[in-house]
Amino acid sequence: MNVHEYQGKEILRKYGVATPRGIACFSVDEAVKAAEELGGKVWVVKAQIHAGGRGKGGGVKVAKSIDEVRQYATQILGMTLVTIQTGTEGRLVKRLLVEEGADIKKELYVGMVVDRATQRVTLMCSSEGGMDIEHVAEATPEKIFKMGIDPATGLTDAQGDEMSRKIGVPEVAVPQARGFMQSLYKAFDETDCSLAEINPLIYTGDNKVLALDAKLNFDSNALYRHPEIVAMRDLDEEDPAEIEASKFDLAYISLDGDIGCLVNGAGLAMATMDVIKLYGGSPANFLDVGGGATTEKVTEAFKIMLKNPHLKAILVNIFGGIMKCDVIANGVIAAAREVKLSVPLVVRMKGTNEELGRQILKDSGLPIISANNMAEAAERVVAAAKEHAAKGTK
Amino acid sequence: MSILINKNTKVITQGITGKTGMFHTKMCKEYANGANCFVAGVTPKKGGQSYEGIPIFETVAEAVKQTGATASVIYVPPPFAAAAIDEAVAAGLELVICITEGIPVRDMINTRYKMRGKSTILLGPNCPGVITPDELKIGIMPGHIHKKGRIGVVSRSGTLTYEAVGQLMDLGLGQSTCVGIGGDPVNGLKHLDVMKMFNEDDETDAIIMVGEIGGDDEETCARWMKANMKKPVVGFIAGVTAPPGKRMGHAGAIISGGKGTAQEKLSVMEACGIKVTKNPADMGKLLMSVL
Repeated sequence: MNVHEYQGKEILRKYGVATPRGIACFSVDEAVKAAEELGGKVWVVKAQIHAGGRGKGGGVKVAKSIDEVRQYATQILGMTLVTIQTGTEGRLVKRLLVEEGADIKKELYVGMVVDRATQRVTLMCSSEGGMDIEHVAEATPEKIFKMGIDPATGLTDAQGDEMSRKIGVPEVAVPQARGFMQSLYKAFDETDCSLAEINPLIYTGDNKVLALDAKLNFDSNALYRHPEIVAMRDLDEEDPAEIEASKFDLAYISLDGDIGCLVNGAGLAMATMDVIKLYGGSPANFLDVGGGATTEKVTEAFKIMLKNPHLKAILVNIFGGIMKCDVIANGVIAAAREVKLSVPLVVRMKGTNEELGRQILKDSGLPIISANNMAEAAERVVAAAKEHAAKGTK
Repeated sequence: MSILINKNTKVITQGITGKTGMFHTKMCKEYANGANCFVAGVTPKKGGQSYEGIPIFETVAEAVKQTGATASVIYVPPPFAAAAIDEAVAAGLELVICITEGIPVRDMINTRYKMRGKSTILLGPNCPGVITPDELKIGIMPGHIHKKGRIGVVSRSGTLTYEAVGQLMDLGLGQSTCVGIGGDPVNGLKHLDVMKMFNEDDETDAIIMVGEIGGDDEETCARWMKANMKKPVVGFIAGVTAPPGKRMGHAGAIISGGKGTAQEKLSVMEACGIKVTKNPADMGKLLMSVL
């Protein structure tokens, strides 16, 4: 799960991570009031969306007067912000963060992720802050430093000092930078983060270390123990189809193709998308119905897929192991009837009672196209989608 | 010999009184030599009871003491599953198979940390388990789709493993052992560990390796195989069409920072002499071609 920058900073402050003072706002008036409350002479007005690259997209402005705060807040609130991470459709800005301005002397990068290979949290830092870190990693890998964190000790003083010096924190600010990294790790650990990124971490003219931006992702498996973080979820930032699917325990991800897929198991679901592509089609979604492909789940999955206006055909690919193919076939038929399926449906079932399952589909009187293996299924659904598209344009 | 388990392995089910634990213990017990292998269950506060004739104990240590079991399978719910692994490791089991899906990553980091220097082998979590056909199955895979033979299968995904097995069966090829290593980022056995076991197993002639996007376990395995593998291996990687930054069901199946793409994995595997296919319908045929 992702949170907004201002929410991330709220969490980090609780753990003693230094950030500029700031106030979240939902209207222009609130933004003006926030700037007055913060005081000072310079403010930063920042769009709050769950995507990076906001500055380049025009979503971050430095205001040098209250009038400018008003002007920028008016500009940014309600704008459709397009960044490298939003896709071309962009994201509507509904929230702002107004912060006190900071005197930036140098921008650094501090990140933490779970490293699969070492099975620990890795601290990753660079002297090149404020830029796309993936770009830095590619162009100048020698400027990125990594350090594994021992879960028993946490980030040690020696590690914190070493890392601070490596990325060029001036000696006077090293103890503070070390404390910053240790607090960040504590926050990461205790709130079950899967990623924490401070880009940039700055040191100021008066040698203070501050998190100018904050990106936190949380392990969805651990949300049950963090109701305060779940409360920060912003549904406006998520795909409505994915939210709807999650209510029925379906793992769904929208893609930009036109062939819907309904599969049991994540690996087989990915493989099904791949085989569709291999036969010249394009998947409209990833959808894992899990172990129990029940009538109810299949029905809801069909409903969600049918809301996609680009949908031209559906491929159901189920490996019936514990759940038998005849049961699945009856479920698919009931679901197809209930939703009055308007696009061609190709079904491929493998496993227990597969022949009986195919017979049930055949006897249903519904125009279901049956396939014996994945290749045949892909070929048939790609052809059916093309035919359906051709009919639509006549 | 098969790898990891055989018809003489003695198994404990941890979480035997839960719905999933009961269902799958019964299925496993009914498969091949299961009735002689599933010797104990563990559920706190239910010691002294029994399920399907299997005695239930309070702790793993007690179950080991009473039955001499050397392996366990875990169906304990996610908030308590890592602690169940810790308990099994502390009791000195040789093999622990954790089926539970949805364990917090932090719990697994701590559990793996505690396992350093211990000889216990962990399979999973979030995996279908392991089966040595016609001998013993420990996990949630459908037993009857398998038969005994000489092909090894190792995979991060459940149903995709069954798909590979199904394709082998259509060609009349049985399996020595099929291992589902699971889809979590912090886990026990990796492709490499299982591949080393298959390499030394005189009942395995060739291996299907099924991977997916995320991490670099497949690449690590491929680089090792280039210099060390004595048997033919074929591979498929799921997720060529998966967009970056999106988690494809499994917690570990995500392309991040431009790393972990299917294409990259396939390229490295090919460069290391492994025959790969981009067509998941061709896994069986490809394996047949290298025999």
